[in-house]
Amino acid sequence: MATEVANAPSHHEEPDPNENYLKAGRGIWSWMTTLDHKRIGVMYLVAVILAFFMGGMFALLIRLELLTPGRTIMGAATYNRVFTLHGAIMVFLFIIPSIPAALGNFVLPIMLGAKDVAFPRLNLMSFYVYVVGAVFCLFSIVSGAIDTGWTFYTPYSTTSSSSVVSMTLGVFILGFSSILTGLNFIVTIHKLRAPGMHWRRLPLFIWGMYATSIMQVLATPVLAITLALLAMEKLLGLGIFDASLGGDPVLFQHFFWFYSHPAVYIMIVPGMAVVSELFATFSRRAVFGYFAIAMSSLGLALLGFLVWGHHMFTSGQSEFATMVFSGLTMLVAIPSGVKTFNWTATLYKGSIWLTTPMLYALAFLVQFAIGGLTGLFLGVLSIDIHLHDTYFVVAHFHYVMMGGTVMGFVGGLLYWWPKITGKLYNETAAKVSFGFVFAGFNAVFIAQFIMGSRGMPRRYYDYVPEFRPYHAFSTYGSWILAVGFFILAGVLIQSLRKGAKAPPNPWGSAGFEWNTASPPIFSNFAETPVITRGPYDYHEATEEELFDGFPEDFKKTES
Amino acid sequence: MSSATTTDASHAAPAGEHGHGHQYPFLAHHFDTPVHQFDSAKLGMWIFIATEILMFGGLFVAYGIFRGQEPEMFRMAHERLDRIMGAVNTVVLLFSSLTAALAVRQSQVGDRKGTTRWLVITLICAVIFLVVKFFEYQHKFHDGLLPGHYFQAHLQQFAHHGHVLPQRAHMFFALYFMMTGLHGVHVLIGMGVLSWVLKQNLDGKISKQFFTPVEIGALYWHLVDLVWIYLFPLLYLVG
Repeated sequence: MATEVANAPSHHEEPDPNENYLKAGRGIWSWMTTLDHKRIGVMYLVAVILAFFMGGMFALLIRLELLTPGRTIMGAATYNRVFTLHGAIMVFLFIIPSIPAALGNFVLPIMLGAKDVAFPRLNLMSFYVYVVGAVFCLFSIVSGAIDTGWTFYTPYSTTSSSSVVSMTLGVFILGFSSILTGLNFIVTIHKLRAPGMHWRRLPLFIWGMYATSIMQVLATPVLAITLALLAMEKLLGLGIFDASLGGDPVLFQHFFWFYSHPAVYIMIVPGMAVVSELFATFSRRAVFGYFAIAMSSLGLALLGFLVWGHHMFTSGQSEFATMVFSGLTMLVAIPSGVKTFNWTATLYKGSIWLTTPMLYALAFLVQFAIGGLTGLFLGVLSIDIHLHDTYFVVAHFHYVMMGGTVMGFVGGLLYWWPKITGKLYNETAAKVSFGFVFAGFNAVFIAQFIMGSRGMPRRYYDYVPEFRPYHAFSTYGSWILAVGFFILAGVLIQSLRKGAKAPPNPWGSAGFEWNTASPPIFSNFAETPVITRGPYDYHEATEEELFDGFPEDFKKTES
Repeated sequence: MSSATTTDASHAAPAGEHGHGHQYPFLAHHFDTPVHQFDSAKLGMWIFIATEILMFGGLFVAYGIFRGQEPEMFRMAHERLDRIMGAVNTVVLLFSSLTAALAVRQSQVGDRKGTTRWLVITLICAVIFLVVKFFEYQHKFHDGLLPGHYFQAHLQQFAHHGHVLPQRAHMFFALYFMMTGLHGVHVLIGMGVLSWVLKQNLDGKISKQFFTPVEIGALYWHLVDLVWIYLFPLLYLVG
């Protein structure tokens, strides 16, 4: 592909570097072959929102089936497929690329003062690789679906007749997309910072992306080889994971979680990265403990590689290993706590502006605290024996993944929406949608905490009648949540169609990405910016930089 | 990686305004200087090499675990591999790494013909490696020394030295085929990369100022070589 693009006669159509990026180059073809990180980010955004919608539909189906004991709308075999697809789509097609590949691609080079990511062609390639991977995943849905759960545990995955091979192949390909994005970001952050943008001035979003990229680059290849072995095991009967052939099924779990534990930090760290920006902008003060937050992202990246065994306390790994992993798991609380306390301290005596993105950031803070602390319960060996594979675990990771990352994603989407589209959205309607999302989400998963602690196992199709009130409550919550997201979709569509034109810096932020037009010009900045202060130095920013209207109005207010 | 070789992006830059775009046709619009672009490309390749090592790492871990469990089986099974062929391939790959490095050197001093010569020799070495590998695989197929379900114990009457392999020796061959197979795929990818570099060189796009593709391609080729240097003793020289 690379050579093709190089040879394409693009000389005549070379976009004007000072034109709005949405208008520089017209037609579908100019989008399909674009090397502009902003357009690639927008294409990713559309793709992950579609994936979120699909995964969300499966979630609603799961909840609807569990409304009553026994059969409600589908049979047990279908149910197994639906929860597998919910998990696999949400993890691999939505959450992992959501913030880095969609929002990160758009914002990261602008924040750095760069014209593009280091390898624009690789960036476009990673998008197409993602699309190919998604096609394989969709193929496995129509070709009989897969019912192993998103973890593909052996020996079930190697013996079940469902389309495991096409799904693992799809995830394998998606992994490459993730690696290429991570690689691109690391090089971009190292090499393409504007003059004056030294490491202590990097926005915290960039620090979070940096930590995420390191994990993507180092963990994903291990998933690749694991899935390759799994596919070969199924095709050739290698026996590496098959106990009857002398293999070891627990080895699969070790391999899988060596990737998938860093993967959950690949999901949550970008959420933290977004809310760090939101807290600073909407408290209108410097982030408290900037360097501590930056380092805690790297700390999470490091610890992410050392705690995979805590998913396997009941798998039969050695007692010594469980003790070590349990101890290391406790350490995760340190960087997480550093972040949580520093965000809270940022709010203290800040001038808080309760916009919708800020509401999402505050929801992140509360829900991540719940998700994080219940994670500690699960890290304690004796308690985990009781809670393992119950709804408590389900509620815990949804509080982190959805209560954390999705809140960060939506908050970030609304925060940068005026920058991406050049349009403002209706704040009141967005706040209403936030209310539904917040209430619905907590209703769904608080019920699951309670029933989990009382012994309701996860992934079960049927349950004893005493759990019925909790399941029903959780299902009603899922409907409130869905209403919230549909309102949000309406808000965004309305903004695209009829939204007012956005000024360059509608939030009056000191962040560098707001120094360019909304939407940005093709080359991001008319000339390379020179950075003379940190991204949260409100006391050093000029009034012009913080002005939340149009530049021509600023001149009027001055005169 | 190939993005570093953008040739069409600098046209838009009006002379003088965006720096040096007009001086160097190969310089992409988002880099300041050729050195800047070169360093970025090289860092990208090093990170990619790290991902490759982690990918092979999974196989090395599996190897370590199963060899630790059944060292005797591994010793018996490895005797069915052809040490001579393995050693020949090791020498061939090591030599090809040298020629790849020489190609980089010639491109740095602007010797286009020399670059072409060393790249072609490197590619020939890669072909020799694959041919030898093909005969090795063919022999294993013939003996029924195949992974998993296809491992055929009944062909062991032809066992050499009179040893009969335990049934569990299929594990050794599972690892052998996965490790050398994945490495073989990397040889093919490396050949693709080097062929592309060769074409760039023949098209006159490589110069003293711009030898990034040669350097990056050679870096990848060294990785292919390096992995084999670990595979050879682990598989062929067990005990």
